[in-house]
Amino acid sequence: MTARKLTFEIFRYNPEDPESKPHMQEFTLAEEPYMTLFRALNMIREEQDTGLQFDFSCRSAVCGSCGMMVNGRPTLACKTLTSDLADTVRLHPLPAFKLIGDLSVDTGTWFRAMAEQVGAWVHERAPFDPKAVEEPMDDELAAAIYESDRCIECGCCVASCGVANVRPGFVAPAGMNRIARFMMDPRDARSDTDWFDVVSNDDGVFGCIGLMACHDVCPKELPLLEVYAYLRRRALGTAFLKKA
Amino acid sequence: MERIESTDVLVIGGGLAGERCAMEAAAAGLRVSILSLVPPRRSHSCAAQGGMQAALANCFMADGDSPDLHFLDTVRGSDWGADQEVARIFADNAPIAVRELAHFGVPWTRVRSGPNQYHIKGEKVVIDEPAEKAGLIMHRDFGGTAKWRACYAAAGTGHAALYAVDGEVVRLGVNVRDRAEALSLVHDGGRCWGAVTRCLRTGRPGVTLARSTVIATGGYGRIYGKYTTHATINEGTGASLAMDTGLVPLGNMEAVQFHPTGLWPSGILVTEGCRGDGGYLLNRDMERFMVELEPAKQELASRDVVSRHMMQQIIDGKGVNHPAGPHLWLDLRHLGVDHLTTKLREVYEICRDFLGIKPWEELIPVRPTQHYSMGGIRVNKDGEAYSLAGLYAAGEAACWDMHGFNRLGGNSLAETLVAGRIVGQKVAESTRRTRLEIDTSVANEFLDREHARVQSWLNRSGAGQSVYAIRDAIGEIMINKVGIFRTGSDLAEAVEELRVLHDEVDRAVLGCRDPGVNPELSFALRLKGMARLALVAAKGALARTESRGAHCRVDFPDRDDSNWLNRTLVRWGRDDADPAFEYEPVGLLDLPPGHRGYGKASHVEMTESLDAYNEAVIDQQRRHGMRDPGEPVGSALKPGAWRDAEARAGLKAIEAGQSR
Repeated sequence: MTARKLTFEIFRYNPEDPESKPHMQEFTLAEEPYMTLFRALNMIREEQDTGLQFDFSCRSAVCGSCGMMVNGRPTLACKTLTSDLADTVRLHPLPAFKLIGDLSVDTGTWFRAMAEQVGAWVHERAPFDPKAVEEPMDDELAAAIYESDRCIECGCCVASCGVANVRPGFVAPAGMNRIARFMMDPRDARSDTDWFDVVSNDDGVFGCIGLMACHDVCPKELPLLEVYAYLRRRALGTAFLKKA
Repeated sequence: MERIESTDVLVIGGGLAGERCAMEAAAAGLRVSILSLVPPRRSHSCAAQGGMQAALANCFMADGDSPDLHFLDTVRGSDWGADQEVARIFADNAPIAVRELAHFGVPWTRVRSGPNQYHIKGEKVVIDEPAEKAGLIMHRDFGGTAKWRACYAAAGTGHAALYAVDGEVVRLGVNVRDRAEALSLVHDGGRCWGAVTRCLRTGRPGVTLARSTVIATGGYGRIYGKYTTHATINEGTGASLAMDTGLVPLGNMEAVQFHPTGLWPSGILVTEGCRGDGGYLLNRDMERFMVELEPAKQELASRDVVSRHMMQQIIDGKGVNHPAGPHLWLDLRHLGVDHLTTKLREVYEICRDFLGIKPWEELIPVRPTQHYSMGGIRVNKDGEAYSLAGLYAAGEAACWDMHGFNRLGGNSLAETLVAGRIVGQKVAESTRRTRLEIDTSVANEFLDREHARVQSWLNRSGAGQSVYAIRDAIGEIMINKVGIFRTGSDLAEAVEELRVLHDEVDRAVLGCRDPGVNPELSFALRLKGMARLALVAAKGALARTESRGAHCRVDFPDRDDSNWLNRTLVRWGRDDADPAFEYEPVGLLDLPPGHRGYGKASHVEMTESLDAYNEAVIDQQRRHGMRDPGEPVGSALKPGAWRDAEARAGLKAIEAGQSR
């Protein structure tokens, strides 16, 4: 059986090069067994165009470096098997982030700003005591926190979000998931009232217009629909408590 | 535009070790900058799945565990190559580091009281966990330890730890420059004053001057090409930066660990936790060969032992054929769909995403690949580099040296946090005592040199090889001739061939000269360093005519404590023709060399007495460049504390070793 010929249409633009103009460029490649976009893009770069920019690090879908638009849908390139794709594959960089070049975008700056905005760390009650035994925690709760801690900040949800693409201050799905993660953690000293100021505005959960593409595209299959419901309920509860 | 900026502490590398160091310095009120190739949360620390070793003794199978036992396991695991004082510091501090992570928010898996079902050596066992331990941090069996000791957050321990620590870094306002790299250290021959940097957004060079510099860039697995579980960013740049100075020695670069279960053909790591939870290894005839070969520990023997038995199966023709080369099988089918999709979900996802199979129905193709770099920048117990003040290293980039010639599973993640904590404190103390005293003309000389190096790549033309072809050729040599089994003739060939490739780097030609970051140029700037690391690893392996830990010489099968109870040190300035090798004692011996309790039982005994060995350690290490640590060498040891540790825990002592 002869290998399938794959055609890749790849977005090209190098902002550091005054000569460069955004355009699509075509590459072809013979498919291999178990081929992922990690393998394919590296082959293209090493054999056809050594200037091609893209990001991979772990190549095992845990580091979140390689989010990109594959046929118009944000996903992790490293875990996209070419056998799941048609003969022609179109690749674009994630929108909503600043372009670095070709398929590479600046997620680092975006996620650092989000972490500062939502205070994405445990707001502690007391300083760490190196001599003390750890506080017990129910394993069910630990497992629930782990579930929402699994976000790898790849940015696919941000790229898919109708609001994040047009309003820079919006914490976006990844930010809301981060809020929910700390909200459910009893080690975090923030009260519902503290959280209210972060969550209950147009940059928080009430900015979401409910398209829920984030839920569909999340490579880690985080239950974002449930996250927003949880945040809305908590915010609403706090609002009534405030009135009362 | 060239620019020079200054900070108090410069940390090169944004993984767990670097960030934990940065936290200490920032908490002490110092200005800290982190340079990271990727946003810190994408560092390779995030990929550590299995766990973090710390003797909390919380669950039934951990009952009686203690830092003394952890110390014993670590030193034995190292095949006595470790610095035992560092192993002691590590074992004593690991419980603090784990509990501190709980304080930072890591959702550790917790003890569930009452009956729990575990898989132990392939059997289903029900154990009652006592109510008084309910909710404390749980342990699992991982990496050949005497007791269940690995603390874990489901199958994403590294991820959870890295996110918690990075959260603290953000809280403390540390200046993180992601997509930035160091091209060389700036120093005046006696003290390190920061680094020449390059922005990986724009390609622009600069200098960051600092009162202290920390290297925490992780391992050098990518010198093994595609035969590694390491991320693409683990190119050993930190070790290269230090070696380039010609001052700082690298320690034990030949000490490279292989992981038994790299997914084939991609090389992605399949966690040891699979075997900890009861997974089997099978050959092409569906035989569980580990049961026969290692009846006591079976699939849970230490990594080097398992890797070697697997390679032997492949060499004996018992591997399964595949176009990319033979592999063996990992069998998790009996664990069932529930276990695999919850407790081992990351493994299930790897099978689904990279192979398209269901691990409860099908076997997983695996083979040993490079996994961990025990060698690295040689530092004293405070993490300060030999022969260059103000330079520190921590984590996999360092040779601190708690791992010696073999690292135990779960000890690396623990090391990043223990070392990060301790080295960070030492960095903060010494930084406060140091004024920035460096002539900017010195900094500019280093910057000019790097600028010239970049220009020489961009200007070069001719018929040289591509940088990627050279990388691939180095990788093939390393896995085939400087791999799991080593012989003098293979290693001698490897040295010759690597030397040719090393020289070839200077003739290699780029295909891309575009302005901006230029990914090919970025790689090219690291390639010479990778070739140099490969060569010193091969030369070190050729010189070491014994087998110790992961360094397995078929032609010298015994550990030789009479001639080789020492650490390899190599110095090789960027402009020196050849590397210079020296050897120092491994450190003060508290646990006398003996049998590890698994693997080969015989070894060549020390000829020197322990006292004579120990008396010479400090002077010899000083002579090799060790800078005096804050506390005297040996002060953290607890001599003899290991003696009845096994009896106290109800374990049979392995072997007394030679008497004092």
